[in-house]
Order: sequence, then structure tokens, then C-alpha cells
Amino acid sequence: MNNRKRDIAIIVAIGVAGIAAPWVAPAVTTQLAFLWLMILFALTWDINGGQMGYNSFGNVLFFGLGVYACALLQRDSGLSYYVALGCGIGLGALVAAGVALILGPAILAIRGHYFAIATLGLAIVAADIASAWEYVGAASGLATPVYPGLIEHRTRFFYYLLFALAALTFLAVRKLYSARFGLAINAIRDDEDKAEAMGLHTTRYKVFAWCISAFFLGAAGGPVGNLVGFIDPQDLAFAGATFGVWMVLMAVLGGKGTLWGPVIGAVVFHITQEVFWTYLLGWQRVAMGLLIVIIVVFFPAGILGWAGRARARPKDPAQPAPATKTAPRPSMEAER
Amino acid sequence: MSNLSVLFDAPILLVQLIVSGILVGAIFALVAYGMALLWGVMNIINIAQGEFVMIGGYIVFFLARAGVSPIFGIPIAAVVMYGFGLALYRSVIWRIIDQDMFISILATFGISILLQQLGNQLFGSDIRTLPSHLPSLFLAGGMVTVPEIKIVGFVAALAVGAALVVFLRYTRLGQAIRATAQNARAARVLGIDTDRVYAATFALNCAICGAAGGLVAMTWFIQPYLGLTYTLRSFMIVIVAGLGNLPGVILAGTGLGVVEQAAGFILGAEYQTAFVFLLLVVILVGRNMVLARQRRYLK
Amino acid sequence: MNFKLKTLAAMSVAAMLGAGVAQVASAADDTIVLGAAVSLTGKYATLGHNTQDGYNFTAKRINETGGVKVGSKHYKLKIAYYDDESTSARGAQLVERLIKQDHVNFVLGPYSSALTKAVAPITEKYKIPMVEGNGASRGLFTKGYKYLFAVLNTSDYYLRPAVAILAEEAKKEGRDPKSMKIAIAVENDNFSRDVRDGVLEDAKKYGMKVVIDDKLPPDLNDMSTTLTKVKALKPDALLISGHDKGAILGIRQVAAQKVYVPMLAMTHCDSAKVIKKFGKDANYAFCASQWDSNLTYKDRWFGNPQKFAEDFKKAYNYDPPYQVAESAAAVEVFADAIERAGSLDPQKVRDALTKTDMVTFYGPVKFDSTGKNVGKSMVLYQIQNGKYVVVAPSKWAKTKPIYPAPQWDKRQ
Repeated sequence: MNNRKRDIAIIVAIGVAGIAAPWVAPAVTTQLAFLWLMILFALTWDINGGQMGYNSFGNVLFFGLGVYACALLQRDSGLSYYVALGCGIGLGALVAAGVALILGPAILAIRGHYFAIATLGLAIVAADIASAWEYVGAASGLATPVYPGLIEHRTRFFYYLLFALAALTFLAVRKLYSARFGLAINAIRDDEDKAEAMGLHTTRYKVFAWCISAFFLGAAGGPVGNLVGFIDPQDLAFAGATFGVWMVLMAVLGGKGTLWGPVIGAVVFHITQEVFWTYLLGWQRVAMGLLIVIIVVFFPAGILGWAGRARARPKDPAQPAPATKTAPRPSMEAER
Repeated sequence: MSNLSVLFDAPILLVQLIVSGILVGAIFALVAYGMALLWGVMNIINIAQGEFVMIGGYIVFFLARAGVSPIFGIPIAAVVMYGFGLALYRSVIWRIIDQDMFISILATFGISILLQQLGNQLFGSDIRTLPSHLPSLFLAGGMVTVPEIKIVGFVAALAVGAALVVFLRYTRLGQAIRATAQNARAARVLGIDTDRVYAATFALNCAICGAAGGLVAMTWFIQPYLGLTYTLRSFMIVIVAGLGNLPGVILAGTGLGVVEQAAGFILGAEYQTAFVFLLLVVILVGRNMVLARQRRYLK
Repeated sequence: MNFKLKTLAAMSVAAMLGAGVAQVASAADDTIVLGAAVSLTGKYATLGHNTQDGYNFTAKRINETGGVKVGSKHYKLKIAYYDDESTSARGAQLVERLIKQDHVNFVLGPYSSALTKAVAPITEKYKIPMVEGNGASRGLFTKGYKYLFAVLNTSDYYLRPAVAILAEEAKKEGRDPKSMKIAIAVENDNFSRDVRDGVLEDAKKYGMKVVIDDKLPPDLNDMSTTLTKVKALKPDALLISGHDKGAILGIRQVAAQKVYVPMLAMTHCDSAKVIKKFGKDANYAFCASQWDSNLTYKDRWFGNPQKFAEDFKKAYNYDPPYQVAESAAAVEVFADAIERAGSLDPQKVRDALTKTDMVTFYGPVKFDSTGKNVGKSMVLYQIQNGKYVVVAPSKWAKTKPIYPAPQWDKRQ
């Protein structure tokens, strides 16, 4: 009970900080907007990756669909800016969720690392099609319409949009994890065959979980496309080598399969990255690579898992560390 | 589809596509070979595979610039990469062996961006090429051209493949590797030092990549960011061939080469990669359906 | 999970905010800070380094010769860099950071059209003028940007002269230009698609037929399928564009497969160093360039193009490809405009930029209302006997183009 109160207090505190941030630190509003995006990325990835044990490398697909759906609606619908943007965000979310719904049953039937690779393949295919298809601007990309309001308000506007989306994602995910849905997808992660044998309709849950991730990723696409102002198919929309991998890294870094892990992971990752970029000109990715190796090798359970273990140790060194909520080793034996 | 009609008008071009496809595919197959080995024996998916190729290429390139012929440069690259592989194993890889495979994907991803960027800083980002000094063969009245260097690559890929099969089958270490791949725990019980086996396997993979890198430098070009192409293709080849099926890797590799060439020709180059990866997804889904059906029968 | 762990998230958000507030750029009184996000890593790293070298070399030269005179005060130029990793999303963020956090006075362009496209909305938004020498895409100049100034020709002009030569040669042979067949192979990116558009337009103008129109994916290391088509369809010209990689692949594979085309034309030959790499295999190729060191322009800081090339080689140990020259010119244009504006006010400098009318070693610079340079024209080389020879425009042409190229078995 006490725990729950604390949780709410922290959520409220972060919410207040989030609302105040553009006024406290106007110079870094864009970076903060991207911070919320990163949190959203990590949270949505963790629905499948952490909670359900389906490690997708292709979730960036849904983000890209959202980016394009919104930008195309803005370009072709002839609606006024805010209406078009609003509709575009909605459309992006629906298109992404729809694609997840269609692909889900086939793709989510694949297990283990084959699933990871299949999703990676999907993201690459999407990126290549977007860069070949003239209607969406092909490899020349797509410029989003100019923001009609005051210049000073533009960044703030998109900041709040992304903040709202990230907050919404967090609250939705939190609600879902505490409901039957959370138990079901955890059961799938722990032993899918057993879960199915016990009468759980696994496919339905898996597809639903993927749709949820896709929905929020798709919704985030529109604001990001407009914030950046220019959509490059390979570098922004379907940026598998950056966004696509970062999603996974952030969740793992924070502690996958937990509610707060992805949030912490995203924050730490984003700040580290910005710092590296600023101070290690040209070497930033060497440092990043090194950091990733260190995280993964020494803290495979993430910050939360590691902290949890460190906390348990002084009490009784003989006792094994408490298992985190993660199951770091989903069974892959079935595949081999 | 006008491209398709070209193919009907001049069917000899099909021969060219198949020949180039096989020759391109052989180098992919060589790289995939190493990946299959790692995957099968150590249960590691190595995202840095393409970066190993890149480093091998640079070693051969710099040796050639210092006056060492690539004929010797390639074996030297293989040896150097073997040492590099041992070092990498002893520092990082051994820690992730018994972990979830997912951890290995992330760790090697970290290694891959590290190596890419190090390559960029140390070797410069210029695109480098090695002159092969070999002529081209002309068949069918010049309609089919085969640069001899590609044949050299193909033969080298086959030779390495064959040597690997022999090595795994008849040498002590090779047998230990196979035993470990089948059942690591049992191998340990029987007195096989699996840690040493893993180290040797990983280093062997690096050596293979190093040799492949030399061939890549001679046939196409090298630059610090070429890795991903090879990593992704290797994935595909290993999956299509099936784990532990080494001869299948050569077949799948050359097959992939041909499919890519044909797709590029018929659909246009901009859809070449998309087609190949769509194929990958379809294969995975299809394979899964077949497996599911088998499982049902078993029940 | 206890309270401490959960507050971690809140604390890190706070740290982020703090870091942002603490960062204040400290430009000394007598310096003008130009900001640039260039590609030091990633696929454009080589060309990004060329850009950076061009910027640094020119800033140093201007500083050594008295700096930039604003009113009665002499300012030194300083350039602040970030690495955009050749990705557009990053580029936009970094330029925003340069403007908002590092408070640079003005912005210099990044390398490549895609990156410039990503950056232009940002400089536009903050009303900071940007002079760029490496974003050639036509799409940049149709958006009504008011703070974007480009010293180079748009990319659709790269290979137009090659099409023109093809038409002329056809007439000389007594053939109708309409009977000429063109093959295009471009990298599937911003810049190269524009090059292609230019070729398509001119081909249409002459009524030539485009028989191959391939767009190679950026990660592709092989263009042998395209060359197979070339062999089958026997076009009169093969036009290739794909930054350094395209030039290298083109020359290497055309020679290796002995694919014969009467005209092989491409971009980026000099930055890709194709002569050094492939020797006589590179002969007869046509190469589009923004600039050549044999042009005859006068320059305030460098004297003339030859001097620029010599001095640059002394300082950086390589012959400057045109990417260096156009980047250098961008810095000169800024220095000139700031002096004429007599102020560091972005608006005044922007107005001065619109009135730019100067001659640099790189060529005349004069911006039209969309911000592109209408003063200069492209140069087309042909590689003859292992040397770049200017063949177009006729004003600087040293010799006549060799067309058709000899068959492979007749070459030395």
C-alpha cells in the first residue's frame, strides 16, 4: 500500500518536472522532447521484449509507419495544420496498430531469436520500400509542413505532445501490467507452451501486446517527424541501426521486464549519449560501444536488477540474489 | 517488367546473373560459415561479424601497401585475426557464453559499433581498393564476363569450407568442437576443456572473416562501415541453411547471391535488398509453419 | 524495489535539466563563432572531413590576414563543430544545439543534401543565416527558405553537360540525338536522385531514351546487375552517381567486366581518387565537378585557384577536391557579408548575403531569391591519359572530349 503511494508521488513529481521543464531549461527543450521519446521507445519495447519475452528488433517499423502516415496526411489532406496533425497522429497510431494486427499472428508464432531476426528483416524491408517508393518521397525524403505558430512556441508544442504521449504510454502500460493482461504475458514469457496448455489464448495476448506497442510508437511518429522537419526514410523513420537498437538497449540497461526499468534506462542512456556527443567529438561511438559491452556483460539484469542484488547482498551474503521480475533466459530449447 | 523481357530476349544474360551470383554468394557464404560455427558451437549470434571482415580487409590492404602480395596478405590477415579473436574471447566473449543469446546479440552489437568507429578513426573513412592485377574471362562471345579475382574468391571460399569440414571431422580439436556443439555439459564431463574449445572456435571464426575481408578488398572495396551488409547476409544464409549444416551454408550462400542478382535485375536495384529481406521473413514464417505442423503430428 | 531506486529516474531528469542550464557558451569579445555539424563519422565521413578541412583552412587564412573587419573592429573567426554521424535526425538536433546552447553567431552547412535538408528548417526557424557549400539538392531551393545560401550549383546540373556532349557528338556522327540511349545508375539517396532528375529532364529535351534507370541501395557494394543490363541493352552513355562509392564501383566494375559504353560519366571522381586507384582503367570517364584548380578567378584571400590548391596541399597533404573548395568559399562568403553588413546581427548579415556579388577562387558568387548561387557553372572533366582535362564549359575546355571511347581491346 505504502509502495503504491510512493509510486504515485514519484509519478506526480516527474509529471510536474516534465511540465515545468521547458520553462526551467528552455535551451534543451528539444533534447528533453527526445528524452520523452526515448522513454516511450523503451516502454513500448519492453511490453514485448521484457514482459512477454519476445525480443523484437523491428519495432522501429511502427514508429516509421507513424511518421509517414502523419506526414502524408498533412501533405495530402488539405486540412489546416493542427487538425491535420491531430488526425495524422491518430492515423499513424491506427496504421501501426493495424499492421501489427495483420502481421502479428504469423510473425509472433516465430519464437526466440528467429523472431528477433524476422522483425529485424521487416524493419529493413520497410526502410527500403520507403526509400524506393516515389509517392512517399523515396530516398529524397519528405519535408513536413512549417509550423504556423510563433517560432518560440514550436519546440515547446512538440515537447508537450511527446511528453503527453510518453506519460500516456506509461500510465497505460502500468494499468495493463497490473491487470490480467500483465499476468498473461508474463506467463507467456516464462513458459509459453505451459501457458497455452493451461487454456490461455496466447496468440490473442501476444498480438494484442504487439498492437499496444505499435499504437503508441505510431502515435509518436507524427510529432517527431514534425519536430525534426525533414523525414529521411533510413535515418529517421525506419532508423533501425539507431532508434531500433536503442529501444532494446535502454530497456536492457534499465532492467527489462520491470515497469520502471525502461524509464531509468532511457534517461541514463539519453544523458550519457548527449554527454558523449558533446565532449568526445568523433570518438563518441567508440565510447558508446564500450559502454554497451560493459552494460551487457556486467549488468545483464540492468540497473534495477543490479541495484536490487546489491541491496540484497549486505543482509545475507549466503543467500542468492533475489530473482528480479525478469526472467533473463526465456526458453529457446523448443526451437533447437 | 521490361527487364524480364530483356532476359527472355537474351537468355545468355541469365547465365551471367547466375555466374555473378554464385561468385558473389561464395564470399557471403565464407563469412556465414564462421557465423554458423559460432552459432552452432557457442550459441552466440555475432553482430560484429561484418566488422571482422572489415578489419581483415584493412590488414590485407595495409600489407599490400607495404609491398606484401595479397596472396600472402590473406593468410597473414587470418593469423592476425585469429590472435585478435583469442584476445576478444579472453576479454569479453567468455563472459557472455552461458547467458541468454539475446545478451550476446547486444554485446556483439556494442563491439561492432566500437570497431566501426575505431576503424573510422584509425584507418580513415576513405574507400580503399586493392588492385587485383588479374584479367577477366570472357565467355559466350563476351556476353558473360567473369573477373578472375571473383573466381579466386570462390575457390578460396570452397577451399576454406573444405578445410573446415576436414578440420572438424578429423582433428582432435575439431572433434572437441563438434562434441561441445552437440552437448557442452557432456563434453565437459568427458574431460573436454570447453573453454579452450570456445576460444578456438571464436578465434577460428575471426580468422575466416579476416581471410574473407582480404577477398572483399580485392574484389570490391573496403571502408569502415561495410560490416552490416555482411552481418545481415550471414544471418540469412545460416538460417536458410539450418544450424549446424555447414555444406548447406555454401549452397545457401551462393543461392542468396543468385537470388539477389536476379531480384536486382528484374525488380530494379532499389528493391534488391527489400526483396531479399522480405524473402527472409517469408522463409522464417514458412519454416515456423512447417515446424508447427511437425509438432502437431508428433503429438 | 525501494524508494531510492525509483527516485533514480526523477533524479536523472533533474540532472539533465541542470546540465542544460549550466551550459553557457563563452565566446570571447573579438571572435565570431560559426557553428557547423559535419559528418566526421558514418557514410559521409571522408567528405565530411574534406568539408571541415576547407572550413578550418579558410578561417585560419582569414584570421592570419587581419580577420573580419566589422566597423572599426577586427574579429577572428572560430568554428564550433559537432559530429552528425551522417544522419539527418542527428544533424538537425545538433544545429539547434549550436544555436540555442552554444550561441554561435552563424551556421555553416553540413556535408550532403540530406543533412542540409534536415538542418535548413532549423536555421530558418531561428532566423540564423546559413551559408553552405555541400547541399546541392534542388529541393532545398523550392521551400522558400530565406536564411539559406548555397555557393554551389544544384545537383541536377552535375551530369547535364554530359548529356549535352552526347547530343553534340550524335549530331557530329550524323545521328539524330533522339536515337541515343542512356543508362542511369544512381545511389538511392537525396543527392543522386537529383542528379538523375537533371539527366532525365535533359534526356527528355533531346528526346533521348532512358533504357536503364537503376537506383542502388546505399548499403550495396556491387553494381554488377546493372552492368549486366548495360551489356544487354548497349546504351550510348552510362551515367553514374553515388558519391565516392559510386565512382569507385563504377570504374572498377566496368573495367573488370569490360563493359563497353561509348560514354561513361559520373560524379565524385576526384574525391574518390579514381586515377590514383585505377590508373588507365579510369581513362575516358567523364567526371562532373563543381570546381577545378585550373580555373582563372581572382580571390581576395587566396590569390587564385592554383594558389589555393598549392597552399591547401601544403597544409593538409592532399590535393583539394571540390568539396574542400566549396566549403572554403562558404566561409569567404560569410566573411564578405559580415564586413558589408558592418554588424553581427543575423538579420543584417542575412540582408547583406542577399546582396552578395563577389568573385572567389571558387567562382563568382551571386545568390538568387531562393538562395542558390547563379554566378557559376559546373565543370566537366574527362580523364585522358591519366589526367583530368576540362572538356566543358567551352570557356575553360583544354581539349575536345574523346567520344566514343575506344573499345576495351583497343586500349593501351
